[in-house]
Amino acid sequence: MKKLLVLTTALTSLAFAANADVTVMSWGGAYGEAQTEAHVKPWAAATGNAAVMVDSDNPAPALKAMVEAGNVTVDVASVEYADAVRLCDEGVLEPIDPATVKPGADGTAAVDDFFPGAITECGVATDIWANVFAYDTTKFPEGPKTVADFFDLTKFPGKRGLRKGAKAVLELALLGDGVAPADVYATLGTPEGVDRAFAKLDTIKSEVVWWEAGAQAPQLLADGEVAMTTAYNGRIFGAAVGEGKPFQIVWDGQIYESELYVVPKGAPNKDLAMDFISYATSTEGLRAQASNISYGAPRKSSNIEPIIYKDGKTDMAPHSPTNPANMANSLLTSSDFWVDHDAELNERFQAWLSQ
Amino acid sequence: MAEASTELLTTADGRPLKEALAIAQSRAKRRAFLLVLPLLLFVLLTFLIPIGYMLKRSVEHDGFARSAPALVEWFEANPGFDYANPPEEAYAALVKDLTFMQTEKLTGLSGTRINYTVPGTISLFKAGARAAKDLQAPYKEALLAVDAEWARPALWRGMEAASSKFTTEFYKVGTDNKLGDNGWERGGDKDRIYLYLFFKTFLVSGIITVICLLLAFPVAHLLAVLPMSRSSLLMILVLLPFWTSLLVRTTSWIALLQEQGILNDLLVWLGVVGDDNRIAAMYNMTGTIVAMTHVLLPFMILPLYSVMRVIPPSYARAARSLGATSWTTFRRVYLPQTLPGIAAGSLLVFILAVGYYITPALVGGADGQLISNLISFHMTKSNWSLAAALAAMLLAAILLLYWLYDRLIGIDRLKLG
Amino acid sequence: MTSQNDAFVAFEHVQKSYDGVSLVVKDLNLSIGKGEFLTMLGPSGSGKTTCLMMLAGFETATHGEIRLDGKPINQVPPHKRGIGMVFQNYALFPHMTVGENLAFPLEVRGMGKDERETKVKRALDMVQMGNFINRRPAQLSGGQQQRIALARALVFDPKLVLMDEPLGALDKQLREHMQFEIKHLHETLGITVVYVTHDQGEALTMSDRVAVFNDGRIQQLAPPADLYERPENSFVAQFIGENNKLPGVIEELTGDKALVRLATGELIDATAVNAKEKGGKTLVSIRPERVEFKAEMMPEGAHMIDAEVREIIYMGDILRVVLRVAGADGFVMKMRNTLGQTRLDPGQKIKVGWHPQDARALDPM
Repeated sequence: MKKLLVLTTALTSLAFAANADVTVMSWGGAYGEAQTEAHVKPWAAATGNAAVMVDSDNPAPALKAMVEAGNVTVDVASVEYADAVRLCDEGVLEPIDPATVKPGADGTAAVDDFFPGAITECGVATDIWANVFAYDTTKFPEGPKTVADFFDLTKFPGKRGLRKGAKAVLELALLGDGVAPADVYATLGTPEGVDRAFAKLDTIKSEVVWWEAGAQAPQLLADGEVAMTTAYNGRIFGAAVGEGKPFQIVWDGQIYESELYVVPKGAPNKDLAMDFISYATSTEGLRAQASNISYGAPRKSSNIEPIIYKDGKTDMAPHSPTNPANMANSLLTSSDFWVDHDAELNERFQAWLSQ
Repeated sequence: MAEASTELLTTADGRPLKEALAIAQSRAKRRAFLLVLPLLLFVLLTFLIPIGYMLKRSVEHDGFARSAPALVEWFEANPGFDYANPPEEAYAALVKDLTFMQTEKLTGLSGTRINYTVPGTISLFKAGARAAKDLQAPYKEALLAVDAEWARPALWRGMEAASSKFTTEFYKVGTDNKLGDNGWERGGDKDRIYLYLFFKTFLVSGIITVICLLLAFPVAHLLAVLPMSRSSLLMILVLLPFWTSLLVRTTSWIALLQEQGILNDLLVWLGVVGDDNRIAAMYNMTGTIVAMTHVLLPFMILPLYSVMRVIPPSYARAARSLGATSWTTFRRVYLPQTLPGIAAGSLLVFILAVGYYITPALVGGADGQLISNLISFHMTKSNWSLAAALAAMLLAAILLLYWLYDRLIGIDRLKLG
Repeated sequence: MTSQNDAFVAFEHVQKSYDGVSLVVKDLNLSIGKGEFLTMLGPSGSGKTTCLMMLAGFETATHGEIRLDGKPINQVPPHKRGIGMVFQNYALFPHMTVGENLAFPLEVRGMGKDERETKVKRALDMVQMGNFINRRPAQLSGGQQQRIALARALVFDPKLVLMDEPLGALDKQLREHMQFEIKHLHETLGITVVYVTHDQGEALTMSDRVAVFNDGRIQQLAPPADLYERPENSFVAQFIGENNKLPGVIEELTGDKALVRLATGELIDATAVNAKEKGGKTLVSIRPERVEFKAEMMPEGAHMIDAEVREIIYMGDILRVVLRVAGADGFVMKMRNTLGQTRLDPGQKIKVGWHPQDARALDPM
């Protein structure tokens, strides 16, 4: 039985069993491209090893499937923080020795140089990204300023785009309802807090257009389907700076989290994979990625010098979730909370949606 | 035949006839078998085994059973203990297991398993496991000092149930039940979702099937009666959707039907609707039904066409000459003869619609969600067992439908093209 | 036979075109009497089926009028014409039993259940299929299906029954049997039958009158014996039965007696039919069974010409003798296989002749 299963997955995964020494799996799109340019290509050039990037809709379930089937074809993967924690708990990931993470360029020890929580048992952060909301400046010249404005249909009439899912939406609702970031998860941990979040969402429910894929959010905004929408900040940056769209991000109430590089158990080139992560998460490696896409570099030493976008002129600081000005009223996603309550709150969320 | 049973027939050289026949045919049979073997293997590998594996996953999870040997033993020895107040030995076994989990890195696995039925336990297990090796007897007080949650009756019920490798709990969750302190109970109004979504999925699929049938019937009829040259042109139009990527088609519908889309622009321009009163035909149930009907329409047209093509026009003429009006002719003579096509097309469209995932995800909005979207959600959140249980329930529903079809119409009358 | 006025079915100057360019039916005039068995005979594409379909109401006449029992029916839809019809493929509804098939025309006429059952039973008994009432058409043989189709066309007592090659799909023996049965039913019920076939044997054995169709026109409308023995043009002569054709020029014309000179210079006797000009070309048609080779059988003064025996084919009841006559092979003479019949051998030189009334001088095609 097990063998047959291995055989089937082996057959289906032949497609990307390329002859590379290290295979990195990421999310594709502009994000995957940024990691290819910043990490995969330079590492291959520097070490003389071959490396290849493969795309996935979401690397985390793919990793789990591979490890379960005993046929791992990927060495490094880029996964969300909560997934990294969960997969690590489930024994799907190799532990990473913190000693292999390079100290900062200025000599600061890695543990002190990285932002808190950016090095976990099984992963090292590669960037920090945020759920933000954005609007079209041609629609609202005097645009919304605070997260409460997102829920204010009288002051800012029009449809709202929201990601279809409980995570980051319930937090946004509580922030919009005036809950301080520090109290958000404590509130959400109680039945009353959950009711409060859904009650806040009820106030705009009739005006919401729900999106699922990251690319949908800027598209909805561009089509004029929504007046404002939540989005991954990099997507809005791409549309605004890359394509010149009149989009403005509101950083108030941003909900940020880290993305981590991890190594699956049974990776074919485990040692090279560790070397790749060490290279990619160095001060320069993280700077390189942050200059390709507007996600923050998760270590202090990377942020000392201004990071300039690949167009050679745009300073990334105002566009980065980690810019101090952008972090005034911000919330770090609690992976512990979501590991515990993801299924439960999503069932509630789906039930609420269908009511 | 009666003679054959009493007297054994033999060939000219005295061998039993049956044996000779079997030998003569065995070569042909072997060859036939070898010809279908690749397909058989393919179906086995890519279809039957995964389905079997899925069914197994829906009733099997050893995440807790293998991480907590002491508790497994204790639960076995003490059936029906007081969940509200487990004895000290139970806590001792729990602490022993937590220590074991911490050293063997099984915390996440066992916590995840319990979390499926008792939400909020993954972090509880992690914290408990970290503290376990320093705990001293009496373990009950020591553990409750770490976190009072450990005394929850629901947690003990969940652990007892999870101490067996096999379980029906995922089906209970999949039918909107919650494990509470007093055992399994129906979920609260705000949490019930699965049965409602099953119902909605079947309802929407039924609506789509009916719309497809109404749209496909005249088209298929036209295809069947037109001369070959013109019907093949029409057939190309019918098949066109098959040659376009599903995503492209779905996105086109979005462009067409969304509030700032082509249709609404046109209606506003014509003055049919006001600019601030645009029709919401996308990101809701309407959008889901429109887009899915379009995607599935060919699956209705083709079986209908294949049945209608072979109905000779003389039946209709006969009915007319016998005194039937054109409506009676259609109802009593033509329609009954297209039934195998209607049934095949409907079955096909319905089953495809029930499992459809991409289209509702893209255009469904808030109320256009179907059960497959939740299955996919649990797949990505790695609650494979619940996803498998939901999928198995879907499979069972479809098999039931298939059985009904066989009883009512007869599977041998199915005509797919 | 019947005049236009008291005709049960009448076609008057009926024309039909499908494409607006050519006519499939060209100026059809035809009267069918009540109780008559009329057969439309012709090769495929001759327009006979189109005529039947216009009568049934499935095709509309492009021009002209069709009357049924004195009333024009051009605008009457098929289900109101009350005409029974039997189709070549029987067209029995496969999803209904035999009984349901027969009850169908009665049901759509709103007939009560008891009356329906009586009528269905009577119709089934009429075709000796009473025991098959609960069978489905697929469980019946071709001949049985044909009987059911017949019973269904008759069950609602139509005054007129149309049959479109109804026996085409049956084997020879069954076909001959069914011909007899249909004829018998026609006689007992006194209904009017319009029958379409391309089988001349069928047409000759069953019909009161036969309309021979070719090229959108009726070539000849006559009782079977006339048609066979007195064809009015070369097409009919050739289409009905076997015949010998001798091309020639009319040498002398006395009344309807003609003397025809063949290309070889020999003279033969014939009856002038539609070649009535002295010196005109003609085609003389003689049935093989009317050819004589014994001088004593010939009438006074009749001509005989030279022939050479090429082949003798034994056919049981008759002998087919293939001759070379007037410089061409393929002239056939049929001899009855009787006791003491003269023996002929291949290569033998003989003389053949015929009664003048058996040879018909027709149009030269």
